[in-house]
Amino acid sequence: MAFIVGVDIGGTFTDLAVQDEATGEVRVMKVPSTPGDQSVGMMRGLEAMDLAAEEIALILHGTTVATNAVLERKGARCGLIMTEGFRDVIELRRRDRPETYGLKGQFRPLVSRDCRVEVPERTDHRGHVEERPRAEAIREAAATLLDRGVEVVIVSFLNAYANPENERYAREVLEEVWPNPYVIAAAEVLPEIREFERTSTAVLNGYVQPMLDRYLHRLADALRERGYPHEVLLIQSNGGVMSETKARRFPVNTILSGPAAGVNAAVRWGAAAGVDNLVTCDVGGTSLDIAVVAGGAPATARELSLEYGIPLRVPMLDIRSVGAGGGSIAWIDRAGMLNIGPESAGAEPGPVCYGQGGTRPTVTDAQLVLGRIDPHNPIGREGRPLDAGAARESIAQQIGKPLELDAVEAAWAVLEVANHKIAGSIRTLTVEQGLDPRDFTLMPFGGAGPLHVGPLLRELEIARALVPPWPGITSALGCLTADVRHDYVHSVNERLERLDPKALYDAMLGHFAEGRRAIEAEGVRVERIEAAFHADMLYDGQIHEVRTPLPAEPCGRQEIAAAFEAAYAALYGDTVGAHPVRIVNLRTAVTGVRPEAARRPMGAPRGGELRAALKAERPVYFSGGFVPCPVYDRVRLPLGATFGGPAIVEQADATTAIDPGLHVQVDEHGNLVVTVGSP
Amino acid sequence: MTAQTSPLDPLTLAVVRGSLEQMTEEMDLTLKRAAFSPVISEGNDLANGLYHAETGEVIVQGKWGLAIFIGIMQFTTEAVIRVAARRGAEEGDVFLVNDPYSGGTHLMDVGMVKPFFHEGKLLLWMANRGHWPDMGGMVPGGFAANATEIYQEGLRIPPVKLFIRGELNEDVLTILMNNIRVAEERYGDFRAHLAAFSIGERRLRRLLERYGVDTVMACMAELKARSERQMRSYLAEVPDGTYEYEDFMDSDGVEPDPLRIHVALTIRGSGAHLDFSQSSPPCRGPMNSVIGTTKSASYLAFKHIFPDIPVNSGCFQPITFNVPETTFLNAVLPRPVSGCASEVSQRVADVVMGALGRAAPERASAGIFGTVSNVSLGGIDPERGPYVAYMFNGGGYGGFAEADGLNYGSPVISVARSQPAELYEQRYPVRIRRFALREDSGGAGERRGGLGAEIEVEFLGQSGVLSYIADRGRFPPKGLLGGEPGALCEIEVIDGEQRYVSPHLTKDANIPLRRGTRLRQKTPGGGGYGDPLNRAPAAVAEDVRGGYVSARSARERYGVVLDDDSGEVDEAATAELRRRLRRERG
Repeated sequence: MAFIVGVDIGGTFTDLAVQDEATGEVRVMKVPSTPGDQSVGMMRGLEAMDLAAEEIALILHGTTVATNAVLERKGARCGLIMTEGFRDVIELRRRDRPETYGLKGQFRPLVSRDCRVEVPERTDHRGHVEERPRAEAIREAAATLLDRGVEVVIVSFLNAYANPENERYAREVLEEVWPNPYVIAAAEVLPEIREFERTSTAVLNGYVQPMLDRYLHRLADALRERGYPHEVLLIQSNGGVMSETKARRFPVNTILSGPAAGVNAAVRWGAAAGVDNLVTCDVGGTSLDIAVVAGGAPATARELSLEYGIPLRVPMLDIRSVGAGGGSIAWIDRAGMLNIGPESAGAEPGPVCYGQGGTRPTVTDAQLVLGRIDPHNPIGREGRPLDAGAARESIAQQIGKPLELDAVEAAWAVLEVANHKIAGSIRTLTVEQGLDPRDFTLMPFGGAGPLHVGPLLRELEIARALVPPWPGITSALGCLTADVRHDYVHSVNERLERLDPKALYDAMLGHFAEGRRAIEAEGVRVERIEAAFHADMLYDGQIHEVRTPLPAEPCGRQEIAAAFEAAYAALYGDTVGAHPVRIVNLRTAVTGVRPEAARRPMGAPRGGELRAALKAERPVYFSGGFVPCPVYDRVRLPLGATFGGPAIVEQADATTAIDPGLHVQVDEHGNLVVTVGSP
Repeated sequence: MTAQTSPLDPLTLAVVRGSLEQMTEEMDLTLKRAAFSPVISEGNDLANGLYHAETGEVIVQGKWGLAIFIGIMQFTTEAVIRVAARRGAEEGDVFLVNDPYSGGTHLMDVGMVKPFFHEGKLLLWMANRGHWPDMGGMVPGGFAANATEIYQEGLRIPPVKLFIRGELNEDVLTILMNNIRVAEERYGDFRAHLAAFSIGERRLRRLLERYGVDTVMACMAELKARSERQMRSYLAEVPDGTYEYEDFMDSDGVEPDPLRIHVALTIRGSGAHLDFSQSSPPCRGPMNSVIGTTKSASYLAFKHIFPDIPVNSGCFQPITFNVPETTFLNAVLPRPVSGCASEVSQRVADVVMGALGRAAPERASAGIFGTVSNVSLGGIDPERGPYVAYMFNGGGYGGFAEADGLNYGSPVISVARSQPAELYEQRYPVRIRRFALREDSGGAGERRGGLGAEIEVEFLGQSGVLSYIADRGRFPPKGLLGGEPGALCEIEVIDGEQRYVSPHLTKDANIPLRRGTRLRQKTPGGGGYGDPLNRAPAAVAEDVRGGYVSARSARERYGVVLDDDSGEVDEAATAELRRRLRRERG
């Protein structure tokens, strides 16, 4: 017997999903996280599922260790060695301020100024080395940094994207004298032009490296002790997995680990149900993340601002946070307008209804007042009921009074403004890529995502939503099915008419070979290895590149130009015409597709009579007023059952609200297929 | 929420406001991403918005846009409306305008204005603008410090139709493209402006379909009324009275005398009146300001002090002006104006914020750096062809009650981002030799002023010319409540052993360059807030450790004595020194 285990560790919960390789059957489990050492929670989860380590074929892991290190500013003490004249690059940023209006911004860089030193060296923009760094100068810099208590050293030289030779040399010299393995050359993390973004990304890598490294060691020790001999695979921000070894070197790739796993799961569920255009909306207790999957492939992003002045530039799924999660605070501004977020009550103190000291009403409080969630069995509260009275009172006082609405109307207004904000963000995300949201299926997940189905369908004019079987354990399920993936980038930076197509094709083949070697070295069983190629291209003189898909075969300049024009027109509606075109980067994603056996459709909850699934009836507010509303138990909903709104569907990990006028069918995979009007 | 609900229903209002904001944000992003002008695409030197059909008043403006365009686009649209009254405006028309005297800034800010029709009726105007690298004139990049007439500064275009009923007016485009440098890339830029309109049109049509024209228009009127109410509620909290403030520009670039900007801010009830009549008369050089820029810079100052008020014409209603044509802040044709958008505007904002700071001290910051040091460098490169490199810089922010000023931020008038050194080196024949914080440049204070920057650029081409219009070479950003001023702006050109500093310190035009010539700029720091002798000694020690403040300044300005070896505070010696300095300083 062999099992595959997906584990997603968040701040509050450790979610596990286990699949029997032979039968494809999936079981899930939620246990409390252990923030001090997350490996403890994982071990407890494995024990709770009665899994012996030797039965486990593979563990795939989504982690928030790196993310939290940055957000809580608990990362390592880093030192930077930079080209003479440039040690302040990360503090000068791109000269922005936090807000357009108001001049009271503050910024604290991740590397303090006394831990940033310079050495004379220079490479020009063509990659010609004008001055090599002296080994002695690098050793001196290292001594200075060690003296200041630095644990991780990052070398970042100007124009290293064009030629990393000087950085590499400095790294080699450092490795001889540095007392630990934490030595980073920036262009090896990100070989791209723009010194600030490249350095920032490399610094982030260093900042989170020791913490993730130590965590992975503890985890590996604990697993080995129990008889699991393999490497754990880590989910990357790009949705694919990498080996533990690679994660120790490039921990920055795990910053969006958990959310990316969630999108992965959505892609699989969609594929199983025959849907490849999806908008995902992951609503947890505090956060709300949206993403777009077009043609079965999640949209990708190249840059993310972790906070003011700290950009991250690695391949990642384009997952956007919207300040309209359950914990987002509703408030009235001076103009008497209702606003939601961006301030959040977070997990502590949490919404008013948690009774943990929160005094400002949140979206969750509004859901409660409207009867959409059950105060006696709240998700993830382990039997601690919610205080509906307090929620009602805070909404009445802080929202209702100024707007001259009663508590219920005010709660409804809070939900509607939140829904509009989510819908607006989804619209922006789709239209940015030239996509029409109406061509998509909505997939809400997370514990609270399915509460928003109806309004989002209406606002976005989307015809159909798919509520997956376990919305609240999505990321763990996504870990289970993730493919192995490695991304490569090669700086070309040539006018198209001067491009040597053969050299480009050689670079593509080189990437493919490198990816293949990496995947084979990781020893994960894959069915086949695929590569997808893109070029970052633009009209010469422009700055923002257009991601242009390239065919996986030798192609000439004309084909490349045509591919670019098609991509450009799709984005901006038209091309610029006869203007020289530049190809900036080649990007390759090499994917090791894991075998089909491991990806049977997620086991659906067991069936029965629809009537048997009816567990209660309670008044629930939908547009227009409270209506008597049946409450179904999700695990007892039979496959193939159909019913109409209004209805509430409850399960241990999520609640779904079906508005009047919506129709539901439980499909063969256990998804709730929600459509507007009759089926 | 349905289409039938009353327009004043708080929900519909919130939703319509959100949609309008989102739509203009998308227009900003489209213009930015599709533009060729690096000042637009990397620098965010752009704006998009919707404007009232009859009055041109701003309804909503995108959040990525340049802050100084907050009021300007409204004045531009007003100018277009005046022309349209004579020449008509039809569906598919697009007006082109860069004339500072038609509600503009400087000639490089190119605006497009398009009427939006709904069911055959003009419903509102869409407008956008972006900084084009060159509009012709006597120096590449347009910042001619020695210009004495606007005709020398470049091609001036009052509102003309670039498109007539959807058809490109090629004659206009031909005139334009034959009178500017590096014209080729501008074909892409004007398409980027149009792409932003088409995104905005699509979004607006959808909003109208969803809620109906009456509801949407009623919401716009209501949003204006609410912004006005919000601004008035803030002003009502400020004690009535007249608050004066003044500051100076170094010179106009032609004559040596400083230019005075004086404001008397009168708060009465919930209204504010700004009287600039005691300011200097119009000047010969390019430091004149057009009325639109003067007003817009003043609006902007109020927005910085009261940042949460949504931008629409409502928030400007409570503010009235007296800016006579006898001052350089309301120049008339043909005065040159290239320094107005980026330099004079900052000083106008500085004095208005200074006066507001006197009226509402709890909201005040010490002086901000106040010059973007516009530098343009042009020539013909054998490898790259003709080029115009335009650069501008940031500096330190003033300290304020809660914290130190930000190091190296963008100016009050914008959130324009700096361009990477690596991109400059790739695009232009230059090597950036140094880009660093300028140590000791923040004004000493209990809350220290933020630091400016040092930038050194080496010219690698065969021949070229350098022009710049900066300021704050003579009058530093002021300290507040006992804080010291920030460091002055310094610009020098180094050619071998020779160091050249302009007689105007911060302004010069067409300085010839040869290979190896270096430009060295030091941008100002922000002013300090509160007595430096009250700054926590540990914070001073921290500043010295990071090199933000020198050990000498720690001693002489902050009265903090540090141990030479450990860098720790010598408590006893510090207490003694501070006692002595307090006595000496009185």
